[in-house]
Amino acid sequence: MKEKKLSNKKTNHAITMVIIYAVLILITAAMLIPFIWMLSASVKMNKDVFSFPIEWIPSNPRWQNYVDIWTKIPLLTFVKNSAKLTIIVTLLQLFTSSFAAYAFAKMNFKGKNILFLGYIATIAVPWQAYMVPQFMMMRSWHLNNTHLAIIFLQAFSAFGVFLMKQFYEGVPSELCEAARIDGLTEYGIWFKIMLPLSKPALSTLTIFTFVNTWNDFLGPLIYLTRNELKTIQIGLRMFISQYSAEYGLIMAASVIALIPVLIVFLSLQKYFVQGVASTGLKG
Amino acid sequence: MTGNAPASSQAPKKAPAKKSNRALRNNLTAYSFIAPNFIGFCIFTLVPMVFAIGLSFCNWDGVHPVEFNGLGNFAALLKDATFKTAFVNTIVYCLGTVPLTLVCSLGLALLLNQNVKLRNFFRTVSFFPYVASLVAVAAVWNMIFSPSMGPVNMILSALGVENLPRWAAGKDTAMITVILFSVWKNMGYYMVIYLAGLQGTNPSLEEAAALDGANKWHIFRHITLPQLRPTTFFVTITLTIASFKVYDQMYMITQGGPGNATITLVYDIYNIAFVNTPKYGYASAVAMVLFAMVLIITLIQFKGSSNDN
Repeated sequence: MKEKKLSNKKTNHAITMVIIYAVLILITAAMLIPFIWMLSASVKMNKDVFSFPIEWIPSNPRWQNYVDIWTKIPLLTFVKNSAKLTIIVTLLQLFTSSFAAYAFAKMNFKGKNILFLGYIATIAVPWQAYMVPQFMMMRSWHLNNTHLAIIFLQAFSAFGVFLMKQFYEGVPSELCEAARIDGLTEYGIWFKIMLPLSKPALSTLTIFTFVNTWNDFLGPLIYLTRNELKTIQIGLRMFISQYSAEYGLIMAASVIALIPVLIVFLSLQKYFVQGVASTGLKG
Repeated sequence: MTGNAPASSQAPKKAPAKKSNRALRNNLTAYSFIAPNFIGFCIFTLVPMVFAIGLSFCNWDGVHPVEFNGLGNFAALLKDATFKTAFVNTIVYCLGTVPLTLVCSLGLALLLNQNVKLRNFFRTVSFFPYVASLVAVAAVWNMIFSPSMGPVNMILSALGVENLPRWAAGKDTAMITVILFSVWKNMGYYMVIYLAGLQGTNPSLEEAAALDGANKWHIFRHITLPQLRPTTFFVTITLTIASFKVYDQMYMITQGGPGNATITLVYDIYNIAFVNTPKYGYASAVAMVLFAMVLIITLIQFKGSSNDN
Protein backbone atom coordinates (compact mmCIF):
# COMPACT_ATOMS: atom_id res chain seq x y z
CA MET A 1 0.00 0.00 0.00
CA LYS A 2 2.72 2.37 1.09
CA GLU A 3 4.88 1.36 -1.81
CA LYS A 4 2.08 2.01 -4.24
CA LYS A 5 1.59 5.50 -2.81
CA LEU A 6 5.29 6.13 -3.15
CA SER A 7 5.41 5.02 -6.76
CA ASN A 8 2.30 7.11 -7.40
CA LYS A 9 4.17 10.07 -6.03
CA LYS A 10 7.10 9.22 -8.25
CA THR A 11 5.00 9.11 -11.41
CA ASN A 12 3.32 12.34 -10.31
CA HIS A 13 6.72 13.92 -9.99
CA ALA A 14 7.75 12.61 -13.40
CA ILE A 15 4.60 14.05 -14.97
CA THR A 16 5.25 17.43 -13.36
CA MET A 17 8.79 17.47 -14.69
CA VAL A 18 7.58 16.59 -18.19
CA ILE A 19 5.11 19.48 -18.07
CA ILE A 20 7.79 21.87 -16.78
CA TYR A 21 10.18 20.95 -19.57
CA ALA A 22 7.44 21.16 -22.18
CA VAL A 23 6.53 24.69 -21.06
CA LEU A 24 10.19 25.71 -20.86
CA ILE A 25 10.87 24.44 -24.37
CA LEU A 26 7.80 26.28 -25.64
CA ILE A 27 8.96 29.56 -24.06
CA THR A 28 12.50 29.08 -25.32
CA ALA A 29 11.12 28.55 -28.80
CA ALA A 30 9.07 31.74 -28.54
CA MET A 31 12.18 33.62 -27.41
CA LEU A 32 14.49 32.18 -30.06
CA ILE A 33 12.32 31.82 -33.16
CA PRO A 34 12.50 35.52 -34.11
CA PHE A 35 16.30 35.32 -33.99
CA ILE A 36 16.42 32.08 -35.97
CA TRP A 37 14.01 33.56 -38.50
CA MET A 38 16.29 36.61 -38.74
CA LEU A 39 19.36 34.45 -39.38
CA SER A 40 17.55 32.33 -41.91
CA ALA A 41 16.06 35.30 -43.78
CA SER A 42 19.42 37.06 -43.84
CA VAL A 43 20.72 34.53 -46.38
CA LYS A 44 17.61 34.42 -48.57
CA MET A 45 16.52 36.17 -51.73
CA ASN A 46 13.84 38.77 -51.07
CA LYS A 47 11.22 36.70 -52.84
CA ASP A 48 11.97 33.64 -50.67
CA VAL A 49 11.86 35.38 -47.30
CA PHE A 50 8.12 34.96 -46.91
CA SER A 51 7.74 31.60 -48.65
CA PHE A 52 5.40 29.34 -46.73
CA PRO A 53 5.88 26.74 -45.26
CA ILE A 54 8.99 28.34 -43.80
CA GLU A 55 12.27 27.02 -45.15
CA TRP A 56 14.37 27.35 -42.00
CA ILE A 57 17.63 26.32 -43.63
CA PRO A 58 17.71 27.83 -47.14
CA SER A 59 18.68 25.22 -49.75
CA ASN A 60 21.03 27.62 -51.52
CA PRO A 61 21.97 30.32 -49.01
CA ARG A 62 22.63 33.74 -50.49
CA TRP A 63 25.76 34.82 -48.60
CA GLN A 64 26.02 37.73 -51.01
CA ASN A 65 23.60 39.62 -48.70
CA TYR A 66 26.39 39.97 -46.17
CA VAL A 67 28.65 41.44 -48.86
CA ASP A 68 26.09 43.74 -50.46
CA ILE A 69 24.97 45.30 -47.21
CA TRP A 70 28.32 47.08 -46.74
CA THR A 71 28.02 48.86 -50.08
CA LYS A 72 24.29 49.53 -50.07
CA ILE A 73 24.59 51.75 -46.98
CA PRO A 74 27.70 53.11 -45.19
CA LEU A 75 27.38 50.30 -42.66
CA LEU A 76 31.06 50.36 -41.78
CA THR A 77 30.82 54.04 -40.84
CA PHE A 78 27.79 53.32 -38.68
CA VAL A 79 29.50 50.42 -36.92
CA LYS A 80 32.65 52.51 -36.37
CA ASN A 81 30.61 55.40 -34.95
CA SER A 82 28.74 53.10 -32.60
CA ALA A 83 31.93 51.37 -31.50
CA LYS A 84 33.69 54.67 -30.87
CA LEU A 85 30.81 56.13 -28.87
CA THR A 86 30.22 52.94 -26.91
CA ILE A 87 33.87 52.55 -25.94
CA ILE A 88 34.36 56.19 -24.94
CA VAL A 89 31.10 56.37 -22.98
CA THR A 90 31.78 53.08 -21.18
CA LEU A 91 35.32 54.09 -20.19
CA LEU A 92 34.21 57.54 -19.02
CA GLN A 93 31.30 56.04 -17.12
CA LEU A 94 33.55 53.50 -15.39
CA PHE A 95 36.10 56.12 -14.45
CA THR A 96 33.84 58.95 -13.26
CA SER A 97 31.39 56.64 -11.46
CA SER A 98 33.93 54.60 -9.56
CA PHE A 99 35.91 57.75 -8.76
CA ALA A 100 32.90 59.60 -7.32
CA ALA A 101 31.56 56.50 -5.61
CA TYR A 102 34.82 56.09 -3.72
CA ALA A 103 34.43 59.51 -2.08
CA PHE A 104 30.77 58.86 -1.26
CA ALA A 105 31.47 55.43 0.22
CA LYS A 106 34.80 55.80 1.98
CA MET A 107 35.45 59.47 2.78
CA ASN A 108 33.90 62.01 5.12
CA PHE A 109 33.58 65.51 3.77
CA LYS A 110 31.45 68.60 3.99
CA GLY A 111 28.26 68.52 1.93
CA LYS A 112 28.41 64.76 1.30
CA ASN A 113 24.74 64.18 2.10
CA ILE A 114 23.49 67.15 0.09
CA LEU A 115 25.51 66.19 -2.96
CA PHE A 116 24.31 62.62 -2.76
CA LEU A 117 20.73 63.82 -2.37
CA GLY A 118 21.27 65.71 -5.62
CA TYR A 119 21.88 62.39 -7.34
CA ILE A 120 18.99 60.59 -5.65
CA ALA A 121 16.51 63.36 -6.41
CA THR A 122 17.21 63.20 -10.13
CA ILE A 123 17.21 59.46 -10.60
CA ALA A 124 13.40 59.52 -10.64
CA VAL A 125 13.23 62.17 -13.35
CA PRO A 126 12.87 60.52 -16.76
CA TRP A 127 15.33 61.70 -19.39
CA GLN A 128 12.42 62.14 -21.80
CA ALA A 129 11.09 64.91 -19.53
CA TYR A 130 14.13 67.13 -20.06
CA MET A 131 15.48 65.95 -23.42
CA VAL A 132 14.03 69.01 -25.17
CA PRO A 133 15.80 71.72 -23.09
CA GLN A 134 18.92 69.56 -23.08
CA PHE A 135 18.86 69.57 -26.87
CA MET A 136 18.32 73.36 -26.95
CA MET A 137 21.31 73.80 -24.65
CA MET A 138 23.59 71.56 -26.69
CA ARG A 139 22.47 73.25 -29.89
CA SER A 140 23.30 76.68 -28.50
CA TRP A 141 26.83 75.36 -27.91
CA HIS A 142 26.84 73.95 -31.47
CA LEU A 143 27.07 70.41 -30.16
CA ASN A 144 24.18 69.06 -32.22
CA ASN A 145 25.52 66.83 -34.97
CA THR A 146 28.63 66.01 -32.96
CA HIS A 147 29.52 62.80 -31.19
CA LEU A 148 30.49 64.86 -28.18
CA ALA A 149 26.79 65.51 -27.48
CA ILE A 150 26.05 61.76 -27.22
CA ILE A 151 29.10 61.28 -24.99
CA PHE A 152 28.02 64.08 -22.65
CA LEU A 153 24.51 62.69 -22.67
CA GLN A 154 25.51 59.21 -21.56
CA ALA A 155 28.75 59.40 -19.63
CA PHE A 156 27.72 60.91 -16.30
CA SER A 157 24.86 58.88 -14.93
CA ALA A 158 23.66 58.84 -11.37
CA PHE A 159 23.02 55.13 -11.82
CA GLY A 160 26.73 54.32 -12.17
CA VAL A 161 27.59 56.22 -9.00
CA PHE A 162 24.86 54.32 -7.11
CA LEU A 163 25.96 50.95 -8.34
CA MET A 164 29.61 51.51 -7.48
CA LYS A 165 28.84 53.13 -4.13
CA GLN A 166 26.72 50.14 -3.13
CA PHE A 167 29.60 47.82 -3.93
CA TYR A 168 32.28 49.93 -2.23
CA GLU A 169 30.26 50.08 0.96
CA GLY A 170 30.60 46.32 1.17
CA VAL A 171 34.40 46.57 1.20
CA PRO A 172 35.63 46.74 4.82
CA SER A 173 36.78 50.26 5.76
CA GLU A 174 39.68 48.74 7.74
CA LEU A 175 41.39 48.00 4.42
CA CYS A 176 41.40 51.70 3.56
CA GLU A 177 42.45 52.69 7.08
CA ALA A 178 45.39 50.30 6.97
CA ALA A 179 46.43 51.67 3.60
CA ARG A 180 46.20 55.25 4.87
CA ILE A 181 48.49 54.35 7.78
CA ASP A 182 50.89 52.81 5.28
CA GLY A 183 51.03 56.22 3.64
CA LEU A 184 48.92 55.60 0.54
CA THR A 185 47.06 58.66 -0.73
CA GLU A 186 43.31 58.47 -1.33
CA TYR A 187 43.98 58.24 -5.07
CA GLY A 188 46.37 55.39 -4.39
CA ILE A 189 43.78 53.56 -2.30
CA TRP A 190 41.20 53.97 -5.06
CA PHE A 191 43.57 52.76 -7.74
CA LYS A 192 45.51 50.03 -5.96
CA ILE A 193 42.90 48.64 -3.56
CA MET A 194 39.36 49.55 -4.56
CA LEU A 195 39.57 49.13 -8.33
CA PRO A 196 41.08 45.62 -8.27
CA LEU A 197 38.50 44.57 -5.65
CA SER A 198 35.55 45.93 -7.57
CA LYS A 199 35.86 43.86 -10.74
CA PRO A 200 32.36 42.35 -10.41
CA ALA A 201 30.75 45.78 -10.00
CA LEU A 202 32.84 47.24 -12.82
CA SER A 203 31.82 44.34 -15.07
CA THR A 204 28.17 44.93 -14.25
CA LEU A 205 28.48 48.62 -15.03
CA THR A 206 30.42 47.85 -18.22
CA ILE A 207 27.76 45.59 -19.61
CA PHE A 208 24.88 47.89 -18.64
CA THR A 209 26.58 50.91 -20.20
CA PHE A 210 27.77 49.01 -23.26
CA VAL A 211 24.34 47.59 -24.03
CA ASN A 212 22.57 50.88 -23.37
CA THR A 213 24.90 52.97 -25.49
CA TRP A 214 25.12 50.48 -28.34
CA ASN A 215 21.34 50.11 -28.48
CA ASP A 216 20.45 53.75 -27.75
CA PHE A 217 18.01 55.09 -30.28
CA LEU A 218 16.25 58.30 -29.26
CA GLY A 219 19.44 60.17 -28.28
CA PRO A 220 21.26 59.66 -31.60
CA LEU A 221 17.96 60.14 -33.46
CA ILE A 222 17.60 63.65 -32.04
CA TYR A 223 21.23 64.72 -32.19
CA LEU A 224 22.76 63.05 -35.25
CA THR A 225 21.17 63.95 -38.58
CA ARG A 226 24.25 63.79 -40.79
CA ASN A 227 24.88 60.39 -42.35
CA GLU A 228 28.58 60.21 -41.55
CA LEU A 229 27.82 60.64 -37.84
CA LYS A 230 24.98 58.16 -37.47
CA THR A 231 25.18 55.13 -35.22
CA ILE A 232 24.30 51.60 -36.28
CA GLN A 233 20.80 51.78 -34.76
CA ILE A 234 19.88 54.99 -36.59
CA GLY A 235 21.57 53.79 -39.75
CA LEU A 236 19.75 50.47 -39.63
CA ARG A 237 16.44 52.24 -39.06
CA MET A 238 17.15 54.59 -41.98
CA PHE A 239 17.92 51.61 -44.20
CA ILE A 240 14.68 49.88 -43.17
CA SER A 241 12.58 52.91 -44.05
CA GLN A 242 14.41 53.55 -47.33
CA TYR A 243 14.51 50.00 -48.66
CA SER A 244 11.55 48.44 -46.90
CA ALA A 245 11.32 45.59 -49.44
CA GLU A 246 14.98 44.52 -49.18
CA TYR A 247 14.06 41.89 -46.61
CA GLY A 248 17.20 39.81 -46.90
CA LEU A 249 19.52 42.79 -46.59
CA ILE A 250 17.56 44.24 -43.67
CA MET A 251 17.93 40.97 -41.80
CA ALA A 252 21.65 40.72 -42.62
CA ALA A 253 22.21 44.24 -41.27
CA SER A 254 20.15 43.37 -38.19
CA VAL A 255 22.33 40.35 -37.50
CA ILE A 256 25.42 42.56 -37.73
CA ALA A 257 23.86 45.07 -35.32
CA LEU A 258 23.24 42.27 -32.81
CA ILE A 259 26.67 40.62 -32.83
CA PRO A 260 28.67 42.97 -30.55
CA VAL A 261 26.00 42.92 -27.86
CA LEU A 262 25.72 39.16 -28.15
CA ILE A 263 29.47 38.78 -27.57
CA VAL A 264 29.59 41.16 -24.61
CA PHE A 265 26.44 39.67 -23.13
CA LEU A 266 27.59 36.07 -23.38
CA SER A 267 31.04 36.77 -21.99
CA LEU A 268 29.87 38.94 -19.09
CA GLN A 269 26.39 37.55 -18.52
CA LYS A 270 27.17 36.27 -15.04
CA TYR A 271 27.79 39.84 -13.92
CA PHE A 272 24.76 41.11 -15.79
CA VAL A 273 22.48 38.67 -14.02
CA GLN A 274 24.09 39.53 -10.67
CA GLY A 275 23.73 43.22 -11.39
CA VAL A 276 20.06 42.99 -12.34
CA ALA A 277 19.39 40.87 -9.29
CA SER A 278 21.14 43.21 -6.85
CA THR A 279 19.63 46.43 -8.24
CA GLY A 280 16.28 44.67 -8.09
CA LEU A 281 16.62 43.61 -4.50
CA LYS A 282 17.86 46.91 -3.16
CA GLY A 283 15.24 48.83 -5.10
CA MET B 1 55.25 63.00 32.87
CA THR B 2 56.08 66.58 33.86
CA GLY B 3 58.45 66.85 30.95
CA ASN B 4 55.55 66.30 28.63
CA ALA B 5 53.45 69.00 30.20
CA PRO B 6 54.75 71.96 28.18
CA ALA B 7 54.31 70.06 24.98
CA SER B 8 50.73 69.16 25.74
CA SER B 9 49.93 72.72 26.72
CA GLN B 10 51.27 73.88 23.41
CA ALA B 11 49.39 71.31 21.41
CA PRO B 12 45.84 72.68 21.80
CA LYS B 13 46.98 75.99 20.30
CA LYS B 14 48.32 74.39 17.14
CA ALA B 15 45.90 71.50 16.80
CA PRO B 16 42.77 73.36 15.58
CA ALA B 17 44.70 75.04 12.78
CA LYS B 18 46.35 71.77 11.82
CA LYS B 19 43.08 69.88 12.13
CA SER B 20 41.10 72.32 9.99
CA ASN B 21 43.93 72.34 7.49
CA ARG B 22 43.73 68.58 7.28
CA ALA B 23 39.94 68.66 7.09
CA LEU B 24 40.14 71.18 4.27
CA ARG B 25 42.63 69.06 2.40
CA ASN B 26 40.47 66.02 2.98
CA ASN B 27 37.42 67.88 1.67
CA LEU B 28 39.30 69.02 -1.40
CA THR B 29 40.48 65.50 -2.12
CA ALA B 30 36.93 64.22 -1.79
CA TYR B 31 35.62 66.94 -4.11
CA SER B 32 38.28 66.06 -6.66
CA PHE B 33 36.94 62.50 -6.64
CA ILE B 34 33.39 63.63 -7.22
CA ALA B 35 34.09 66.49 -9.62
CA PRO B 36 34.48 64.60 -12.93
CA ASN B 37 31.10 62.96 -12.58
CA PHE B 38 29.31 65.73 -10.72
CA ILE B 39 30.26 68.58 -13.06
CA GLY B 40 29.11 66.62 -16.09
CA PHE B 41 25.99 65.53 -14.26
CA CYS B 42 25.16 69.13 -13.23
CA ILE B 43 25.63 70.64 -16.68
CA PHE B 44 23.96 67.93 -18.72
CA THR B 45 21.27 66.67 -16.35
CA LEU B 46 20.52 69.07 -13.51
CA VAL B 47 20.52 72.31 -15.53
CA PRO B 48 18.24 70.98 -18.32
CA MET B 49 15.87 69.64 -15.66
CA VAL B 50 15.43 73.07 -14.10
CA PHE B 51 15.29 74.59 -17.59
CA ALA B 52 12.47 72.15 -18.47
CA ILE B 53 10.31 73.30 -15.57
CA GLY B 54 10.82 76.96 -16.50
CA LEU B 55 10.22 76.34 -20.19
CA SER B 56 6.86 74.68 -19.56
CA PHE B 57 5.52 78.10 -18.51
CA CYS B 58 6.82 79.83 -21.63
CA ASN B 59 6.31 80.00 -25.37
CA TRP B 60 9.37 79.46 -27.49
CA ASP B 61 9.92 78.42 -31.08
CA GLY B 62 13.71 78.53 -30.85
CA VAL B 63 13.91 81.60 -33.12
CA HIS B 64 12.00 84.39 -31.43
CA PRO B 65 12.71 85.46 -27.83
CA VAL B 66 11.27 83.36 -25.03
CA GLU B 67 7.90 84.63 -23.89
CA PHE B 68 6.37 83.98 -20.47
CA ASN B 69 3.00 82.34 -20.82
CA GLY B 70 1.99 81.41 -17.27
CA LEU B 71 -0.27 78.39 -17.23
CA GLY B 72 -1.23 78.91 -20.87
CA ASN B 73 0.51 75.75 -22.08
CA PHE B 74 -1.22 73.62 -19.48
CA ALA B 75 -4.60 75.16 -20.32
CA ALA B 76 -3.97 74.37 -23.99
CA LEU B 77 -3.16 70.74 -23.08
CA LEU B 78 -6.70 70.24 -21.81
CA LYS B 79 -8.11 71.12 -25.23
CA ASP B 80 -5.49 69.20 -27.23
CA ALA B 81 -7.04 66.05 -28.73
CA THR B 82 -3.64 64.56 -29.69
CA PHE B 83 -2.36 65.00 -26.15
CA LYS B 84 -5.48 63.34 -24.75
CA THR B 85 -5.06 60.39 -27.11
CA ALA B 86 -1.38 60.13 -26.21
CA PHE B 87 -2.21 60.22 -22.51
CA VAL B 88 -4.93 57.56 -22.78
CA ASN B 89 -2.72 55.36 -24.98
CA THR B 90 0.14 55.55 -22.47
CA ILE B 91 -2.22 54.41 -19.71
CA VAL B 92 -3.66 51.62 -21.90
CA TYR B 93 -0.14 50.44 -22.75
CA CYS B 94 0.74 50.50 -19.06
CA LEU B 95 -2.38 48.52 -18.07
CA GLY B 96 -1.60 45.99 -20.80
CA THR B 97 2.12 45.45 -20.29
CA VAL B 98 2.47 45.61 -16.51
CA PRO B 99 0.23 42.69 -15.47
CA LEU B 100 1.15 40.57 -18.49
CA THR B 101 4.91 41.01 -18.03
CA LEU B 102 4.54 40.43 -14.30
CA VAL B 103 2.67 37.14 -14.70
CA CYS B 104 4.96 35.86 -17.48
CA SER B 105 8.19 36.73 -15.68
CA LEU B 106 6.99 35.28 -12.38
CA GLY B 107 5.80 32.10 -14.08
CA LEU B 108 9.08 31.65 -15.90
CA ALA B 109 11.07 32.32 -12.71
CA LEU B 110 9.02 29.70 -10.83
CA LEU B 111 9.74 27.15 -13.56
CA LEU B 112 13.45 27.91 -13.60
CA ASN B 113 13.61 27.83 -9.82
CA GLN B 114 12.79 24.09 -10.01
CA ASN B 115 15.58 21.61 -10.21
CA VAL B 116 15.75 21.66 -14.02
CA LYS B 117 18.67 20.78 -16.25
CA LEU B 118 20.10 23.43 -18.60
CA ARG B 119 18.82 26.10 -16.24
CA ASN B 120 21.47 28.61 -17.31
CA PHE B 121 20.72 27.99 -20.95
CA PHE B 122 17.00 28.69 -20.47
CA ARG B 123 17.81 31.79 -18.42
CA THR B 124 20.24 33.16 -21.00
CA VAL B 125 17.83 32.55 -23.86
CA SER B 126 14.93 34.33 -22.21
CA PHE B 127 17.19 37.21 -21.26
CA PHE B 128 18.58 37.74 -24.73
CA PRO B 129 15.66 39.70 -26.25
CA TYR B 130 16.13 42.26 -23.47
CA VAL B 131 19.70 43.12 -24.53
CA ALA B 132 19.10 42.75 -28.26
CA SER B 133 18.92 45.87 -30.40
CA LEU B 134 15.36 47.15 -30.53
CA VAL B 135 15.67 48.26 -34.16
CA ALA B 136 16.78 44.81 -35.23
CA VAL B 137 14.23 42.78 -33.31
CA ALA B 138 11.42 45.19 -34.24
CA ALA B 139 12.36 44.64 -37.90
CA VAL B 140 11.94 40.86 -37.51
CA TRP B 141 8.77 41.31 -35.52
CA ASN B 142 7.32 43.48 -38.31
CA MET B 143 8.07 40.79 -40.87
CA ILE B 144 6.79 37.88 -38.78
CA PHE B 145 3.57 39.76 -38.01
CA SER B 146 3.17 41.23 -41.48
CA PRO B 147 -0.59 41.07 -42.17
CA SER B 148 -0.32 39.99 -45.81
CA MET B 149 2.82 37.82 -45.93
CA GLY B 150 3.98 37.13 -42.37
CA PRO B 151 4.33 33.55 -41.17
CA VAL B 152 2.02 34.17 -38.18
CA ASN B 153 -0.93 35.01 -40.40
CA MET B 154 0.05 32.22 -42.81
CA ILE B 155 -0.18 29.74 -39.96
CA LEU B 156 -3.47 31.23 -38.77
CA SER B 157 -4.89 31.04 -42.26
CA ALA B 158 -3.68 27.43 -42.64
CA LEU B 159 -5.53 26.71 -39.39
CA GLY B 160 -8.68 28.07 -40.99
CA VAL B 161 -8.95 31.46 -39.31
CA GLU B 162 -11.01 33.66 -41.61
CA ASN B 163 -10.71 37.24 -40.37
CA LEU B 164 -6.94 37.43 -40.12
CA PRO B 165 -5.76 40.08 -37.64
CA ARG B 166 -4.04 43.06 -39.26
CA TRP B 167 -1.61 43.38 -36.29
CA ALA B 168 0.39 46.63 -36.43
CA ALA B 169 -1.69 47.90 -39.35
CA GLY B 170 -5.08 47.48 -37.68
CA LYS B 171 -6.59 50.25 -35.58
CA ASP B 172 -7.76 47.82 -32.91
CA THR B 173 -4.82 45.44 -32.95
CA ALA B 174 -1.89 47.90 -33.21
CA MET B 175 -1.64 48.49 -29.46
CA ILE B 176 -1.98 44.77 -28.71
CA THR B 177 0.86 44.05 -31.15
CA VAL B 178 3.13 46.55 -29.41
CA ILE B 179 2.17 45.20 -25.98
CA LEU B 180 2.95 41.61 -27.04
CA PHE B 181 6.28 42.77 -28.42
CA SER B 182 7.16 44.57 -25.18
CA VAL B 183 6.27 41.57 -23.04
CA TRP B 184 8.37 39.31 -25.25
CA LYS B 185 11.33 41.70 -25.14
CA ASN B 186 11.34 42.54 -21.43
CA MET B 187 10.08 39.52 -19.51
CA GLY B 188 13.56 38.00 -19.22
CA TYR B 189 14.81 41.00 -17.28
CA TYR B 190 12.05 40.81 -14.68
CA MET B 191 12.40 37.04 -14.55
CA VAL B 192 15.96 37.51 -13.29
CA ILE B 193 14.70 39.87 -10.58
CA TYR B 194 12.07 37.30 -9.57
CA LEU B 195 14.69 34.53 -9.51
CA ALA B 196 16.72 36.63 -7.09
CA GLY B 197 13.59 37.18 -5.01
CA LEU B 198 12.93 33.44 -4.95
CA GLN B 199 16.45 32.84 -3.63
CA GLY B 200 15.44 34.92 -0.63
CA THR B 201 12.37 32.83 0.23
CA ASN B 202 12.46 30.20 2.92
CA PRO B 203 12.10 26.71 1.34
CA SER B 204 11.42 25.01 4.68
CA LEU B 205 8.06 26.79 4.89
CA GLU B 206 7.06 25.25 1.57
CA GLU B 207 8.30 21.82 2.59
CA ALA B 208 6.34 22.01 5.84
CA ALA B 209 3.18 22.96 3.96
CA ALA B 210 3.72 20.10 1.50
CA LEU B 211 4.03 17.66 4.41
CA ASP B 212 0.77 19.02 5.79
CA GLY B 213 -0.82 18.02 2.48
CA ALA B 214 -1.22 21.43 0.87
CA ASN B 215 -1.37 21.26 -2.92
CA LYS B 216 1.03 23.15 -5.17
CA TRP B 217 -1.38 25.98 -5.94
CA HIS B 218 -2.09 26.57 -2.24
CA ILE B 219 1.60 26.54 -1.41
CA PHE B 220 2.25 29.08 -4.13
CA ARG B 221 -0.74 31.25 -3.28
CA HIS B 222 -0.34 31.32 0.51
CA ILE B 223 3.35 30.75 1.13
CA THR B 224 5.55 31.64 -1.87
CA LEU B 225 3.62 34.64 -3.16
CA PRO B 226 3.43 36.48 0.20
CA GLN B 227 7.19 36.05 0.61
CA LEU B 228 7.71 37.59 -2.84
CA ARG B 229 5.67 40.68 -1.98
CA PRO B 230 8.67 43.11 -1.92
CA THR B 231 9.89 41.78 -5.28
CA THR B 232 6.45 42.04 -6.84
CA PHE B 233 6.14 45.59 -5.54
CA PHE B 234 9.50 46.55 -7.02
CA VAL B 235 8.76 44.89 -10.36
CA THR B 236 5.36 46.59 -10.59
CA ILE B 237 6.85 50.02 -9.89
CA THR B 238 9.73 49.59 -12.34
CA LEU B 239 7.44 48.27 -15.06
CA THR B 240 4.96 51.11 -14.56
CA ILE B 241 7.60 53.80 -14.80
CA ALA B 242 9.16 52.16 -17.85
CA SER B 243 5.76 51.93 -19.54
CA PHE B 244 5.14 55.66 -19.03
CA LYS B 245 8.35 56.40 -20.93
CA VAL B 246 7.59 54.13 -23.88
CA TYR B 247 8.35 55.51 -27.32
CA ASP B 248 10.86 53.49 -29.36
CA GLN B 249 8.64 50.42 -29.66
CA MET B 250 5.84 52.45 -31.21
CA TYR B 251 8.22 54.38 -33.42
CA MET B 252 9.54 51.16 -34.91
CA ILE B 253 6.46 48.97 -35.08
CA THR B 254 3.54 51.28 -35.75
CA GLN B 255 4.99 54.80 -36.19
CA GLY B 256 2.31 55.87 -33.71
CA GLY B 257 -0.43 54.77 -36.09
CA PRO B 258 -2.72 53.84 -37.61
CA GLY B 259 -3.97 57.39 -37.17
CA ASN B 260 -2.91 58.13 -33.63
CA ALA B 261 -3.81 54.70 -32.29
CA THR B 262 -0.43 54.08 -30.65
CA ILE B 263 0.91 57.58 -30.07
CA THR B 264 2.27 57.99 -26.52
CA LEU B 265 3.28 60.93 -24.32
CA VAL B 266 6.96 60.74 -25.28
CA TYR B 267 5.95 60.32 -28.92
CA ASP B 268 3.87 63.48 -28.58
CA ILE B 269 6.81 65.37 -27.01
CA TYR B 270 9.10 64.22 -29.81
CA ASN B 271 6.63 65.27 -32.51
CA ILE B 272 5.96 68.69 -30.96
CA ALA B 273 9.65 69.50 -30.49
CA PHE B 274 11.41 67.83 -33.41
CA VAL B 275 8.94 66.97 -36.18
CA ASN B 276 6.34 69.73 -36.42
CA THR B 277 7.03 73.47 -36.20
CA PRO B 278 8.85 73.44 -32.86
CA LYS B 279 6.91 74.53 -29.79
CA TYR B 280 9.52 73.90 -27.11
CA GLY B 281 7.49 75.41 -24.27
CA TYR B 282 4.47 73.30 -25.13
CA ALA B 283 6.62 70.16 -25.46
CA SER B 284 7.98 70.86 -21.98
CA ALA B 285 4.44 71.15 -20.62
CA VAL B 286 3.69 67.64 -21.92
CA ALA B 287 7.01 66.55 -20.39
CA MET B 288 5.86 67.90 -17.03
CA VAL B 289 2.77 65.68 -17.21
CA LEU B 290 5.06 62.70 -17.81
CA PHE B 291 7.28 63.82 -14.94
CA ALA B 292 4.28 64.17 -12.59
CA MET B 293 3.13 60.62 -13.46
CA VAL B 294 6.57 59.17 -12.75
CA LEU B 295 6.83 61.24 -9.57
CA ILE B 296 3.54 59.86 -8.22
CA ILE B 297 4.70 56.28 -8.79
CA THR B 298 8.08 57.07 -7.20
CA LEU B 299 6.36 58.50 -4.12
CA ILE B 300 4.23 55.35 -3.87
CA GLN B 301 7.43 53.32 -4.06
CA PHE B 302 9.07 55.47 -1.40
CA LYS B 303 6.09 55.04 0.92
CA GLY B 304 5.83 51.32 0.20
CA SER B 305 9.47 50.55 0.86
CA SER B 306 9.57 52.62 4.06
CA ASN B 307 6.51 50.66 5.27
CA ASP B 308 8.41 47.44 4.61
CA ASN B 309 11.28 48.58 6.76
